[in-house]
Amino acid sequence: MFGDYSVGDLGAIFAMQGFAGLILFSVYVLMALGLAIIFGQMGVINMAHGEFMILGAYVTWLTSSFVQSYVPSIFSGYFFIAMALAFVASGALGMLVEWALIRHLYKRPLDTLLATWGLSLILQQAYRSVFGAREVGVELPQWMLGSQQITDTIEVPINGIFVMVLTTLITVAVAYIMYRSRWGKQVRAVVQNRVMAGAVGINTEKVDRYTFGLGCGIAGIAGSAFTMIGSTGPTAGQLYIVDTFLVVVFGGAASLLGTIASAFTISQAQSTMEFFMSGSMAKVLTLLAIVAILMVRPQGLFALKVRK
Amino acid sequence: MIINSRFFNRSELLGFLSLALLLFLILPLTLDIFRLNLVAKYLTYAFVAIGLVICWGYGGILSLGQGVFFGLGGYCMAMFLKLEASSVANTKIQSTPGIPDFMDWNQLTQLPFFWKPFHSLPFTLIAILLVPAIIAFIIGAAMFKRRVGGVYFAIITQAIAAILTILIVGQQGYIGGINGITDLRTLLGWDIRTDHAKFILYFVEVILLFGCICAAQFIRLTKLGRILVAMREQEDRVRFSGYSVANFKIFAFCVAAMLAAIGGAMFTLNVGFMSPSFVGIVPSIEMVIYTAVGGRMSIFGAVYGALLVSFAKTSLSESFPQLWLFGLGGLFIAVVLFFPNGLSGIWRDHVQRHVDRLLTLVKSRKRWSGRSIAVGAPAE
Repeated sequence: MFGDYSVGDLGAIFAMQGFAGLILFSVYVLMALGLAIIFGQMGVINMAHGEFMILGAYVTWLTSSFVQSYVPSIFSGYFFIAMALAFVASGALGMLVEWALIRHLYKRPLDTLLATWGLSLILQQAYRSVFGAREVGVELPQWMLGSQQITDTIEVPINGIFVMVLTTLITVAVAYIMYRSRWGKQVRAVVQNRVMAGAVGINTEKVDRYTFGLGCGIAGIAGSAFTMIGSTGPTAGQLYIVDTFLVVVFGGAASLLGTIASAFTISQAQSTMEFFMSGSMAKVLTLLAIVAILMVRPQGLFALKVRK
Repeated sequence: MIINSRFFNRSELLGFLSLALLLFLILPLTLDIFRLNLVAKYLTYAFVAIGLVICWGYGGILSLGQGVFFGLGGYCMAMFLKLEASSVANTKIQSTPGIPDFMDWNQLTQLPFFWKPFHSLPFTLIAILLVPAIIAFIIGAAMFKRRVGGVYFAIITQAIAAILTILIVGQQGYIGGINGITDLRTLLGWDIRTDHAKFILYFVEVILLFGCICAAQFIRLTKLGRILVAMREQEDRVRFSGYSVANFKIFAFCVAAMLAAIGGAMFTLNVGFMSPSFVGIVPSIEMVIYTAVGGRMSIFGAVYGALLVSFAKTSLSESFPQLWLFGLGGLFIAVVLFFPNGLSGIWRDHVQRHVDRLLTLVKSRKRWSGRSIAVGAPAE
């Protein structure tokens, strides 16, 4: 399979595919960060996570259409507004869902899976009814288009670089919130021992609600980023949900570092293999490898030792 | 060893008899052959739902990959039927006669090795049961021996469902791709597409279903069933009592896989094709919802759940395609939030009392007239 290419070509292929993998990695990380907070910290299986992401994507699309037709002067910077709106919209919906649905099910984690699956069906159909079944694409401002020539065989798209910078910033922000802020300390306290956390005066219900909201909000930003590399349709979220869960489980559910490492491994493996075989076989092999590794090492890459 | 001396208690006997009445008499007599064939299609999911009652309701193992086993059973059957349908005489116009049409379209010139044994019906029937059981055994052994359970097991089985779908869709030449294996005609020379054949196949399926119900009931009543329940409630205590928890879980998972595979094989026979759209994540979760709606602890409930939800799905998606997903999603949420024991729970809490009172009334009146007939006599 490598025989037909010269060493220089192979280097360029790996660099280009590696970069393509980095963009996939960014979307995985953004999706998985939210899920790692919700699933890893709260133990809730949110099957509707992909739909929260798609909500962010639709908000971005709406913002772009709105700005384009009414205030074209700020079009070059609309993306930042869209991201903020996506975060707020998905986060607010997340908090509503937590209040209406999830909080009744904390003692039955498998049932959250079924209920949120139902929610995801409802959201999908809602998107289809509101936005139509056709996929929509977002118009990007001029400065995000085009690509940066690095050497004469390697070039990288600018929106890819933007997505990666964005991912890095959000990851740092989440890490800061979870591990350095007072609120993050409360979240981790509730995770480790809910009763004791309540006894020392933490409002555990409020912590739950905001944690879930934060996770969903990050999914909304992921959706915003997603619009730059793919088109948005009502069922696009479902395509990513299994991958994202595998990313989180593979990384070790409660570890943010593990999530990032596993997103990197999975996206790079998939993207590199995609060049040498069909996309579906690359995906099958990647997923099979993850499942096989998880069977041998069920706790994932970076396991946190938690007393159950 | 059966702990409980009665195979069915009174209410279960009532359920058994009414279900038998419904499936053997009422539906075949009232429905035309098209609707009866639809019922046969719905009932194939009842096999899966019964398997999930054993595995999920009793064993506490939620598998989101039952579509994998359903599909494996269905594909084994479809491969046999497809080989029979693509005999050299039937496929004269192809560039390579004697291989299935989709292989010919994809420039394959000979039958792949894994298709060859499917010329034989006995091999196919064994494969329908064994292939899913072996795969379930491998998955179960790998996971349960390492004490992986609950949520992680659900996610990994779901990933396996995704893998199998992508694999089937990607390998168009070898296994038919997204279209699946279609145009199945005869079973050992017997045309399965005629109305008469569909009628017979319906009864074959119902008899098989009752066989599976009895098998599931047997598992439930033996010590095995008790251990499954104990394991679900307090896994560690069962382990400390000296039982190998992993082996019991593997067993329950394998039984569920085999039941799903029987359902899949019957699906292929009744519907006449098999495609990856019955394998993946969405159908697998729908199978779980059949069980949840029927009641995850009730074997009969599972059958009714499969019938009712698929019936609702067909009729709603025929007349209100927009509403169907809202309805299904709302059903999921409502069942989980308000009726964790499903239809059978509603029946037990609200209807059973009245039925019991009625029965005791009948019983006492008969005893009064000098005869003693026990309703629901012991099976011994």
